[in-house]
Amino acid sequence: MKTFAYLSAPDVPSAVRAISTEPGAKFLGGGTNLVDLMREGVEAPDTVIDITRLPLTGVEELPDGGVRIGALVRNSHLAANQLIRSRYPLLSQAILTGASAQLRNMATVGGNLLQRTRCLYFYDSAAACNKREPGSGCDAIGGFNRGNAILGASESCIATHPSDMAVALVALDAVVEVESVRGTRRIPLVDFHRLPGTTPQVETVLEADELITAVELPPLPLAATSRYRKVRDRASYAFALVSVAAALEVEGGVVTGVRIALGGVATKPWRAHEAERVLLGAPATDESFRRAAEAELAPAVGRSQNEFKIELAQRAIVATLRTLLTEGGAA
Amino acid sequence: MTQVQNPPVTTTTTTAAGKYVGQAVDRVDGAVKTTGEARFAAEVPYANVAHAALVHSTVSRGRITAVDTTAAAAVEGVISVITHENAVRMRPPSKVSPIDIDSMASGTTVNYLNTDQVSWNGQPIAVVVAETPHAAHEAAGLVRATYEVQPSTVDFKAEAPNAEPQPSSLILPSGGSKGDAEAALAAAPVSVDLRFTTPMHHHNAIEPHATTAVWDGDRLTVHEASQSVVWVRKHLAHKFSVPAEGIRVIAPFVGGGFGGKANVWAGTILTVLAARMTGRPVRMLLTREGVYRTVGGRTPTIQRVALGARSDGHLTSLIHTSVSQLGRVGGMAEPVTSQSSHLYAADNLLLKQEIVKLDQIANTSMRAPGEAIGTYAIEVAIDELAAELGMDPIELRMVNEPETDPLHGRKFSHRMLREAYARGAERFGWANRSPEPGVTRDGRWLVGMGVATAYHPSFQLRANVTVRVSVDGGVLVRCGFQEMGMGGATAQAQIAADALGVPFESVRVEYGDTALPLAPMAGGSAQTASVATSLLAACEKLKKSMLELAKKSSESPLRGARAADLSARDGGLFHGGRGETYASILARAGIPSVDAAIGSETRLGDLVGNMRFMSKFLMDRRRWVKAACGAQFCEVRVDADTGEVRVSRWLGVFDVGTVINAKTATSQLKGGIVMGIGAALSEESLVDPRHGRVMNPSLAEYHLPVHADVPRIDVEYLDVPDPTMPLGLLGIGEVGITGVAGAIANAVHNATGKRVRDLPITLDKLL
Ligand SMILES: Cc1cc2nc3c(=O)[nH]c(=O)nc-3n(C[C@H](O)[C@H](O)[C@H](O)COP(=O)(O)OP(=O)(O)OC[C@H]3O[C@@H](n4cnc5c(N)ncnc54)[C@H](O)[C@@H]3O)c2cc1C
Ligand code: SF4
Repeated sequence: MKTFAYLSAPDVPSAVRAISTEPGAKFLGGGTNLVDLMREGVEAPDTVIDITRLPLTGVEELPDGGVRIGALVRNSHLAANQLIRSRYPLLSQAILTGASAQLRNMATVGGNLLQRTRCLYFYDSAAACNKREPGSGCDAIGGFNRGNAILGASESCIATHPSDMAVALVALDAVVEVESVRGTRRIPLVDFHRLPGTTPQVETVLEADELITAVELPPLPLAATSRYRKVRDRASYAFALVSVAAALEVEGGVVTGVRIALGGVATKPWRAHEAERVLLGAPATDESFRRAAEAELAPAVGRSQNEFKIELAQRAIVATLRTLLTEGGAA
Repeated sequence: MTQVQNPPVTTTTTTAAGKYVGQAVDRVDGAVKTTGEARFAAEVPYANVAHAALVHSTVSRGRITAVDTTAAAAVEGVISVITHENAVRMRPPSKVSPIDIDSMASGTTVNYLNTDQVSWNGQPIAVVVAETPHAAHEAAGLVRATYEVQPSTVDFKAEAPNAEPQPSSLILPSGGSKGDAEAALAAAPVSVDLRFTTPMHHHNAIEPHATTAVWDGDRLTVHEASQSVVWVRKHLAHKFSVPAEGIRVIAPFVGGGFGGKANVWAGTILTVLAARMTGRPVRMLLTREGVYRTVGGRTPTIQRVALGARSDGHLTSLIHTSVSQLGRVGGMAEPVTSQSSHLYAADNLLLKQEIVKLDQIANTSMRAPGEAIGTYAIEVAIDELAAELGMDPIELRMVNEPETDPLHGRKFSHRMLREAYARGAERFGWANRSPEPGVTRDGRWLVGMGVATAYHPSFQLRANVTVRVSVDGGVLVRCGFQEMGMGGATAQAQIAADALGVPFESVRVEYGDTALPLAPMAGGSAQTASVATSLLAACEKLKKSMLELAKKSSESPLRGARAADLSARDGGLFHGGRGETYASILARAGIPSVDAAIGSETRLGDLVGNMRFMSKFLMDRRRWVKAACGAQFCEVRVDADTGEVRVSRWLGVFDVGTVINAKTATSQLKGGIVMGIGAALSEESLVDPRHGRVMNPSLAEYHLPVHADVPRIDVEYLDVPDPTMPLGLLGIGEVGITGVAGAIANAVHNATGKRVRDLPITLDKLL
């Protein structure tokens, strides 16, 4: 790991001021991703600005019934929060399927959104990787790509966005609030992460000097009946091969409201707009679920080792919606 | 030196003869490990210790044309950057000799940093020594090498068709045949002919390899995470051309090895080199990636199992062949087909092992080398044949249970597979298994049961032991064996306490140190039996000496007693109601202690001992087939939509001879089963076929089972002594992992109707 300078910011204004004057600086949240990447030499900031003392640790109900989550709320606190568990159970579930208890105790909401891909070649400085070293190539395309993306990929990069939490958030129409010396911006989470295109090193629309301060969830009554289903290689402590965040509202056997997002299969937290479009107004049956899943996965491109995810994702969507229909939401 | 005080006995379930042998005694090293008092190789304090880090090659084969160390050397705190350009000369590893087991010590044939040749992707090409581990690692990341790349072959599957016969040796036969198995297969009314693959695995001991090395002139002290302090000492003496007597290797606590710490690998040698060159005590704790790059793993295999049977199930033909890999720079050829020569009474047998040599690091032994993955193929094939025959798979096994060893007709020293299956089937509820696959359902889960045989050969190695009894009544057992968490010291204390008739708490065992009498490496599940043989002999010798000493005094109640009539109990020797304690014999004689030794430490004594051992070993092998066996039962659940497999129940019924300590033994067997679950469902070292680099060298991406993957495991013992082994014990370190992957694959078939013949059984193979 490269030697770096460390400073701790007492409040938001000093944090954003510090980053605006230190071009090679990075914010340190829980450090569970940044520090790993520094150890591997993938990230090499000159300065690390510790933001864990910032007063951004609240989970508050908003007047409209939505919820505002501070960027430094720890993942485990968010998952255990009563408001979240009752109004957005899929979010609580998604977080609890991620990483391990120890990691969740450290990880923050802001850091989780910005965690970087687990592509094996991204982590190995001996490999060709356009994301790590623009223009060097992509070893994953002809190599081990079981964990890589089938949606939203390009010939430059097929890396999966690894977050579980972000998948639930994108299903919930979350909005990210960011701050810099230039002021405050609000960015819908669906637009926050970028597709790799020819510049896979640019992962979000966040500017280098912007701090995530909060994530806001609009009120969404149908989210009370929601689930997060994560399919993976072992029972715990593994990234998703496929995950499905879904909320479903059915009246008289017809789908009147639905939210679906996918994880483990796409280069960003993937809102399944196409599946939602097919389902809205359709009879709530296995056939509709399957048609919706097929529509969503129609543009999917399988690579040498991840072709199976196309079918797996469809089955996981159908199974999750079926469970919502027959058993209701997560407890 | 290890000096662990024995805690008092807490549990008292008696299983076999003896006051302590057979009891589930708490492990003697438990307290120091749970309190953190135990010091591992990277924790031994030395003032002025420097820290080392490795730089790895990024090509699989080539010549280093230049190494730029400027940036590395400029990092604050760096003491030295050692490359092949400035490293002191070391002797290349010696050739492996078929008569000297110690010649197998070296992990590879590479003379690290004394060559510009790169032989695998990840080979160490430099070592950085610095004041802090952080500086060493930062600098290591800044070393830049350029290579003249040479063509390499790294793709196991692509090279497999070019496999050559695996060399056979007396210790590790590589095959055998009886009759004409191919013709019998062709003629058989019912047959299966199947191809299996298993991937490379890594050991992933919780403690990464670590070395602390301190030179004092030509004398050297090494604290090492090792399964064989003797091998480390011998190999370092050879490499650095110094007398072995001047080297002390200490490894009282080792955080798991599983075969990965049996050989001497680059990290050890380069730490010692760095200490030699810098004149400082040097420590190197490998990163997890460093372990993957510099310590071999388990070979991948391609296996064929073909079985031919009459319609009553009687096997007419059994063929098991394997291809495994070696590095061009060495490796351990796994006896993949070994168990298949002992398991089934087939009329005709053909066993054959082949190898390909690749430009990869030398592979090495890993828990139950051969049987761990060989039992997968043979046991799935048996299950498939049973399905073809419409027979219950246990019944098919019983029909073919041999009376003598199928290949050579040798006698089994003891064999209780029938009993193991009978007990297991009853307790597990095997009768409830639906013979038709894919029909048992519990909600979203498809449920299935599977079974497979566990098998691991038993043998002994040579161990020197001394036992001392002191005037305070204390007993000291000294033997340089290894403790990696198995419970070896506890078992030997139990054995000594019974043999001498003293309280368990009064026995202290010293181990894990070359300053002690020489012991073999911890491997082959042979350590407990090997040490026990010598320990029992030493205790007999000691009792005789004590009797002689007692008889010298006219006051001794033992006067006139004959050794054969004595019983050792209550801290001394008695016959009838008369006798006295060792303490009183010593006190009267005015002697502080008496020692008894087995084995000679002189060079000549060692040679003679080795020859005697080899001839006994080979004679024994010609007479008996000895093995620990078992029946592994499991239930799995497979998600009907996604193919996720979860193991939901486990029972292993084992015949391991006498169980010395059910607590430590059960840990070993459960640990083996957990490791087998990993091999079955998730473990795979991903070696990129383009450049031979392991791409998942971390515990995040190499999927070991986590707690949630492991159900409650029940272990049962038949607990009948083997007549040919010391105290009747057969060795338990490895048998637990064998049969596990086979049982799971068979249960997955029972649940889903799908056969997976390529490990690991990941969900994509079940969609
Ligand atoms: C072994 C392992 C397994 C894991 N398994 C899973 C899993 O199954 N599912 C899953 O979803 N995740 C998993 N994770 C990832 C984990 O969730 C993330 O590492 C974690 O959420 C990151 O949060 P953090 O606060 O520690 O981020 P940090 O490491 O502190 O930061 C990550 C990045 O975000 C930036 N950053 C942090 N906070 C802010 C802010 N407020 N504003 C602007 N920039 C900021 C940092 O500069 C850095 O670039 C796993 C991680 C590990 C190590
Ligand atoms: S998929 Fe993306 S992250 Fe992975 S190697 Fe290719 S460019 Fe790098």
